[in-house]
Amino acid sequence: MADEIILEMRNITKTFPGVKALNNVNFSVRQGEIHALVGENGAGKSTLMKILSGVYPHGSYGGEIYFQGKECRFRDISHSEEVGLVIIHQELALIPFLSIAENMFLGNERASHGVIDWNEAFFRTKEFLDRVGLHESPSTLITDMGVGKQQLVEIAKALAKKVRLLILDEPTASLNESDSQKLLQLLLQFKAQGISSILVSHKLSEVSQVADSITILRDGATIETLDCHKDKITEDRIIRGMVGRDLTHRFPPRESKIREVIFEVRDWNVYHPIHTDRKVSTNINLHVRTGEVVGISGLMGSGRTELAMSIFGRSYGRHITGTAYKHGKEIDISTVDKAIDAGIAYVTEDRKNYGLVLIEGIKNNITLTNLDAVSNGVAIDEPRETSVANRYRDQLNIKCSSILQKAVNLSGGNQQKVVLSKWLFANPEILILDEPTRGIDVGAKYEIYTIINRLASEGKAIILISSELPEILGVCDRIYVMSEGKIVGEMPASEASQESIMRCIMRQAEVIGS
Amino acid sequence: MKTLATLFKNNLREYGMLIALIVIMLYFQVATEGTILKPVNITNLVLQNSYIIVMALGMLLIIIAGGIDLSVGSIAAVIGAVAAVLMVKLDVHWSITMIVALLVGAIIGAWHGFWVAYVKIPAFIVTLAGMLIFRGLTLATLEGEAVGPFPVEFQRLSTGFIPDFFNYKGFHVTTMLIGVVLSIVLIAIDIRARRNQQKYGFEVTPFYFFIAKNLTITAAVLGLCYLMASYKGLPNVLVVLFILIAFYTFITNQTVLGRRIYALGGNEKAARLSGVNTPRLLFYTFVNMGALAALAGLIVAARLNTATPKAGDGFELDVIAACFIGGASASGGIGTIIGAVVGAFVIGVMNNGMSILGIGIDWQQAIKGFVLLMAVFFDVYNKNKN
Repeated sequence: MADEIILEMRNITKTFPGVKALNNVNFSVRQGEIHALVGENGAGKSTLMKILSGVYPHGSYGGEIYFQGKECRFRDISHSEEVGLVIIHQELALIPFLSIAENMFLGNERASHGVIDWNEAFFRTKEFLDRVGLHESPSTLITDMGVGKQQLVEIAKALAKKVRLLILDEPTASLNESDSQKLLQLLLQFKAQGISSILVSHKLSEVSQVADSITILRDGATIETLDCHKDKITEDRIIRGMVGRDLTHRFPPRESKIREVIFEVRDWNVYHPIHTDRKVSTNINLHVRTGEVVGISGLMGSGRTELAMSIFGRSYGRHITGTAYKHGKEIDISTVDKAIDAGIAYVTEDRKNYGLVLIEGIKNNITLTNLDAVSNGVAIDEPRETSVANRYRDQLNIKCSSILQKAVNLSGGNQQKVVLSKWLFANPEILILDEPTRGIDVGAKYEIYTIINRLASEGKAIILISSELPEILGVCDRIYVMSEGKIVGEMPASEASQESIMRCIMRQAEVIGS
Repeated sequence: MKTLATLFKNNLREYGMLIALIVIMLYFQVATEGTILKPVNITNLVLQNSYIIVMALGMLLIIIAGGIDLSVGSIAAVIGAVAAVLMVKLDVHWSITMIVALLVGAIIGAWHGFWVAYVKIPAFIVTLAGMLIFRGLTLATLEGEAVGPFPVEFQRLSTGFIPDFFNYKGFHVTTMLIGVVLSIVLIAIDIRARRNQQKYGFEVTPFYFFIAKNLTITAAVLGLCYLMASYKGLPNVLVVLFILIAFYTFITNQTVLGRRIYALGGNEKAARLSGVNTPRLLFYTFVNMGALAALAGLIVAARLNTATPKAGDGFELDVIAACFIGGASASGGIGTIIGAVVGAFVIGVMNNGMSILGIGIDWQQAIKGFVLLMAVFFDVYNKNKN
């Protein structure tokens, strides 16, 4: 039973104008297993999954797909769903202002003669929600739930379609630790029920935790498929397959040269922009020194981004109180403009929505924060702007056809480098980096860490917000731990461990719980 | 080396509408048996469409910034009414009247801008309200009747021509000279831009293409000036138009202000987090639109020599259509001044050509609507193909 092949993709080849995205890829999934698909960004994982789910219809690629022994030629997504193949994309496809029940049966309504039977819809929804362990009323609006719960709704929706093979594209990218664990447990549960899953993920710890097999793609070709039950597969082993070399150090070494305190925030309080009686940051005190990398660790929703954005020109929240000091003197950072003038830069966690003008070129994105430096105040000096953009392209090794290439066409890692360039060009002294390596591959992460180290050695003060504990531990000099909008711990990185950070967070949770 | 075919394909969007305009003109040239390109008709064409182009310049900035303005026709009408009352009933000097009118236009724009940018009510709703409000105020100002005629000096804004300094019979030499100087300036600008591109290692179009492009533009400019010169010379309005087009092209292409407007429309949140004062910027695009709509209102009033309650009715649709035909994106961040001007001419030539052919207003509307849809379809199709 367990060795029966449910899906086989043979010699899949897909060409886009000018590039061969997939070259004779072979990929097969056994009945009732969790099969992880890993590879660097651009390795072809998404393309392969789009072919499998019918986003790229039969005829637009070479090769064959066999599902449950029969050859499939999918016309579109609904066609692949008919046979029990359901893909859940990284960007969730739920309609925010509709209820769970309405979303659950969207396109698949419980209706007779076009009239929806709401009783049945609600009843069935409840059933599927129970199966994924989500205890919400079916009439709850999607917009009122967190991302973790939305993800569960998506999965419940897949169950409603009688899924045989579930494809999850980076399902935990925007989930916190406990929600991620819940999701992985759910996959194991499905496995026991005979539902196979394909897990596309960058998070290798999760992959090695749940996967039965791991297929590694590199540059559009299958490198190898590892059987997790035969050998003990380590994360380093997977990384070696992904990058094609040994990555002995995941974090580049650094000599810290920490000097005086440059920036400090005292008694910082922020309220929620809509629910104005809710505090999102409470009595925050923090400081950062020249040449220092300070980490802010904490779970998703612990208020890190809210704190950072409220400091950066009050971009978030209401009724903000507290004072900010630079070199011991109080400064005014009440607008983004003033914050930039004060030498602060905020590199957002959401580069597509808050960081880049996607429809514009690399050059225009890089100079946007500091147009005054490439103009005489009115007219832009095009040659000067061009040389600035070229300089950052070379310094940060942005891979592009030219600096006029639109940001939307870049890979995640390169987009992140453009956002970094843009803020480096503003010449800040204090850089707040919010999840700078989210959704980018191992190689590009290493490059980003190298840049962080170089900036620190140049005497910049860096505040690094990250959900990945190894990253915080590997890059920072000192760590603040945040939970529920408060700073609940502070420790030098040399004394910190994943356990000690988690302990800080849990202790806080207990205090609140009791 | 690239083949002509791929080159054409890559620049289809940039030159597509221009080619469409030429095709439309040639078609009407044949269909009207040469009437459309007669000097007198060309002059008329420019006069008839000048106010659409003036407003399209402002509308394009608003559309790039991600907004829309449905009230421009009503603003033009109310400004015509205000100017008429000032000049005809209150005997205010025409020059002061014009300044006051432009100021009032800017204030109306500021009114819209305030609601859109600071109170954050969608531009569609604010300007729909504005369209009704200012149409109503036009009626109130004029007390329901047409007011005119205007002083001769004021009428010259629309009906006058630039003076000729060489008294050559039957030919306006100054106009031709201006045409020559303009051609040289345009070629010089293009050469400089090309040199800069080469210096920084950007891909440039092949040399023969560059030559062909400049020859075409020069021929068009000289041809237009020749036609004008054989009638009464350059209309004053056209001079105003040239200056405005050059000014706004400069603003959108070369200035910090322009760059920020594109960024605002492309991604408002990213622009705000990059230190762009997005509400203020949006506010100013509406102020600018108000002033330009006021100028258009003055041109219309001067042309008709009377201010009527119905003036400017439906202008907003022609103006918005011009921007979209010219390649602007309804979701903001994309569009060019030249595109909007070409779009305005496409509409203008069709209006003019179909009128000469005796096609009724009913079919004119239907055909124009269809052309708008096809132009945008062409855009979407091109984008999907890439």
